[in-house]
Amino acid sequence: MREILVLAEHRRGELRDITFEMLTKGKELAEKTRSTLTVVILGKDITKFVEKLTKYAEKVLVVEDEKLEHFNSDAYQKVLSYIINERKPLLILIGHTSYGYDLAPSLAVSLKLPLATDCIDVDIEGDNVIVERQMYNGKVNVKATLQKAESYIITIREGNFSIEELNLNGEVIKIHSPLTEDITEKRFVDYVLPPPGGVDISAADIVVAVGRGIGDKNNIILAEELANILGGVLACSRPIVDNGWLPSDRQVGLSGKKVKPKLYIALGISGAFQHVVGMKNSDLIIAINKDPNAPIFKIADYGVVEDLFKIVPILIEKQKELKSGKM
Amino acid sequence: MDIIVCVKHVPETAEVDIKVDDTGKRIEEKGLIFGINEWDEYAVEEAILIKEKLGGTVTVITVGPEEADNTLRICLAKGADNAIRITDPKLKGSDGFVIAKILSSVIKDLPFDLILTGAQASDDGYAIVGPALAELLGIPHVTLVKKIELENGIAKVVRELEGGLGEIVEVKLPAVLTIQTGINNPRYVSLIKVRRVMKKEIKVLSLADIGLSEDEVGESGSWIRIEKMYTPPAEKQAEFIEGSPEEIATKLIEIIKSKGLL
Repeated sequence: MREILVLAEHRRGELRDITFEMLTKGKELAEKTRSTLTVVILGKDITKFVEKLTKYAEKVLVVEDEKLEHFNSDAYQKVLSYIINERKPLLILIGHTSYGYDLAPSLAVSLKLPLATDCIDVDIEGDNVIVERQMYNGKVNVKATLQKAESYIITIREGNFSIEELNLNGEVIKIHSPLTEDITEKRFVDYVLPPPGGVDISAADIVVAVGRGIGDKNNIILAEELANILGGVLACSRPIVDNGWLPSDRQVGLSGKKVKPKLYIALGISGAFQHVVGMKNSDLIIAINKDPNAPIFKIADYGVVEDLFKIVPILIEKQKELKSGKM
Repeated sequence: MDIIVCVKHVPETAEVDIKVDDTGKRIEEKGLIFGINEWDEYAVEEAILIKEKLGGTVTVITVGPEEADNTLRICLAKGADNAIRITDPKLKGSDGFVIAKILSSVIKDLPFDLILTGAQASDDGYAIVGPALAELLGIPHVTLVKKIELENGIAKVVRELEGGLGEIVEVKLPAVLTIQTGINNPRYVSLIKVRRVMKKEIKVLSLADIGLSEDEVGESGSWIRIEKMYTPPAEKQAEFIEGSPEEIATKLIEIIKSKGLL
């Protein structure tokens, strides 16, 4: 029986959600192809994760080794190559995460297996592996097929599949670590934590966020004024932090914070998925953007296709009037 | 320190209407403005900053048509020393793996201490070229790099993880580092400076020059093949508020107020 093999992802004592997102999708694919759903976890002191994983997979492969204490793509590549060569899984699912970026392409090259990255859907029809992914800032989708091979490596976009509770009572299989020598080319040194203090944008009821469309550092004050008068906080998308216009504790998205306010106002934010993952669960989303095709309008409740500099000053004025009781 | 930077000439698509062309497999490129991939722009800047500090050379390499020379010239004007472009009609349909094969077949014969490239490209978003190139060359790699310190043949880097977290990694040189946006502030370059390098040689290589066969490139040499491209269906679409700015603002305030938020 073939296998759908999912790589569990964990960091600093926690299993990351992408693991269960992949296992939920993996179960569907395993049923369709009559394959076994197998999860593999690499690490040190990982017993606490194994029990949870048994619920979500039919087999749980456990590789414990001191050398696997922290993620290192060289070490992971060696261990996974060994397992893939032994088990010849039909599909190998890896998160399109910071770990997947480092691991999947070199693993695929070394095993001479085809790889499709950042997939938002995977399907198998006959012996065709079909993936769906996005291109050009999420403005178009493509359906693509993978070159025929014995196994296929697919990396899955984070936050794309929902998690279903499963109760599969999987079998735990301990695998002796194939790492005989130390990994010397590349070495994990330490984590870099976000600087303490700063604003906690995830605690606010109202978030006013700015993106590339704000145009200039000096314009941010306009958004800040709107945030202040609404009693909310100012946040931003990635380009604003990249430009050094706001500190990283204001960033919403995959590499920043996830927020769930009662009101999220997106000003000049296009809505790349990396940003959307961090704010899509807000109760009410209002987006103002000049580009009518901006992906942000697909998740916003209300949209305004207009120059934000025409709307925001009036919004500020109106709210001022409202506050002073004139309206 | 001799540094190679792999760059890509891509269409700017952030605030532009994108249409699928008649083949149903590609976008309509007519009317789009092309330039250097955003991530690569940071990689080029980082290479030039290292060169300014430690000396050495910066060589920029791209795979693409003649128009891609515009991107190479901007890199030369910024401070790169050499430029190479690999081009061939048979490269159509190539994915990130093929690009990595092409780059490795050229780079293996060049002297280098460090290879930089963008963590991904804004057009296809594969994020494959850097680490695949490293594996083909038999050297280590680190992706999503946000800080680089070089000392005694080792690069000590910070790579970006999720949720505001980073990790410090030490890697032996030569290595491939893929650069995340925000690592530096890419310099602007004036048209005068670009004009000054117009006569500088760009080395152009074909498939035959680099010793790759036809079936190793294009669709036949790729891991993935695009079958169909389409505009994503909107599961949900915002309710658009129209009118004069005054009317729009009034409606927005009403909506916010009706939810009990003001």
